[in-house]
Amino acid sequence: MLKILKYSFYDLIRSRWSYVYFSFYLLLGSVLLFLNNDLSKAVITLMNVIIVLVPLIGTIFGVMYYYNSKEFTELLLAQPLKRSSIFLGQYLGVAISLSMSLILGLGIPFIFYGLFKSSAIWDFSLLLITGTFLTLIFTALAFNIALSNENKIKGFGYAILLWLFLAIIYDGIFLMSLILFEDYPLDKLSLVGTMLNPIDLSRTLILLKLDISALLGYTGAIFKQFFGTSFGLIVSFIMLTAWVILPVLRIVFKSKKKDF
Amino acid sequence: MVIIENVHKKFGKNQVLSGVDLTISDGGIFAVLGPNGSGKTTLIKSILGMVIPNKGNITVLGENIKQHSDYRHKIDYLPQIANFPSNLRVKELIKMIKDLRKPTHEDERLIQLFKLEPFLDKKLGNLSGGTKQKVNLVLTFMFDSPLIILDEPTTGLDPISLIRLKGLIQAEKAKGKTILITSHIMSFVEEVSDEIVFILEGKIYFKGSISELKTKTNQQDFEHAIASILTENHA
Repeated sequence: MLKILKYSFYDLIRSRWSYVYFSFYLLLGSVLLFLNNDLSKAVITLMNVIIVLVPLIGTIFGVMYYYNSKEFTELLLAQPLKRSSIFLGQYLGVAISLSMSLILGLGIPFIFYGLFKSSAIWDFSLLLITGTFLTLIFTALAFNIALSNENKIKGFGYAILLWLFLAIIYDGIFLMSLILFEDYPLDKLSLVGTMLNPIDLSRTLILLKLDISALLGYTGAIFKQFFGTSFGLIVSFIMLTAWVILPVLRIVFKSKKKDF
Repeated sequence: MVIIENVHKKFGKNQVLSGVDLTISDGGIFAVLGPNGSGKTTLIKSILGMVIPNKGNITVLGENIKQHSDYRHKIDYLPQIANFPSNLRVKELIKMIKDLRKPTHEDERLIQLFKLEPFLDKKLGNLSGGTKQKVNLVLTFMFDSPLIILDEPTTGLDPISLIRLKGLIQAEKAKGKTILITSHIMSFVEEVSDEIVFILEGKIYFKGSISELKTKTNQQDFEHAIASILTENHA
């Protein structure tokens, strides 16, 4: 698997898109720091961008890479390699190169701005950790979609729909249900609802870490009670890990049964 | 060498293989023939484990292929259409495949044989179809495996490369290897193969030597013998 990972990773590192993605974050980080003149504020703005953009890039890149490397995959399948190691290697190649673009692209301007001397370093690390988790999650979901759909257009369509659903529609439904059932105690429901969507979960984690939970009102207080403790933090990371592991398991399972 | 027992494969509603039984003994050149869509490539891909049969068993060199992927160390496979990652250089591809399988020096001889030296630093996306096929051949023949599977090996080759390919196939046969070939070029099949396997509608229709086929169909030459099978079954 490591050999496949190595080749996929090199292949991607040499592709133009990794540089575009990397430069985008580099630019975004620099501009935000320049405009805000404040590390903590820049972290908040970044969060809003990352929460939406990282899943989108992860899904699109994942689907694109899978379909584009179809020939390469077929070449590998005829070699004495396990199927699971071929697909896991490719998946990790994409996910790791995307995560590296994110971490380096944002890390470099922040380090130059004096991140290590600032108190925002933990908030910033949390931002990068959740960003990496989101990359891992959405690339895995994208590979799942691509594995199940021979048709490229369909695959892309489903991938975009998935992103749209988790990034936007889910929140809408969530909000509607809160309004609809406002007469009932909803703190448990909203906690569970947040836990089930990796984007919401990441957003809540960062918001609460940034100590701006007062903005969230009563629910914010309950969230703070839960996510603010180390127990809540651990549960959240377990949820994020589960969001990575389940799709990866399905990649392994699905790839074993597929015809090429 | 290869034992195929009662293999069935369906793609959606399309039944491609319906109960294939085939035993391929050690040594010699076997040609797998059949009209378009008869299941030749599916059969070959089943042997390689790329297509997973719905039913039936395949044994390669005494190993049931469902259990391991290690048996593929003993197979050299030439895919039908040489589609390689386009931003890789020829040299890098050869190095990569060697890294994934095992070290060999045979590639240098093959590169010389097919006169590929000028293309080594070119990207695979920029090569012509014939040159890609030559790279494909180098990748296949550089490992010394007892079973060689060639899916349409003649595609895109110029006459001189075709002669070299035939020489290569004969040399491998002389080493006692088993070679499976599919092709639509009947003259090529007639020239190289020892035995033919004819697939029709997902079943083995005929297995034997070319002269046996001619007697069976009452035809003088090979091409007409094949054509007569097809017209009898489709007319």
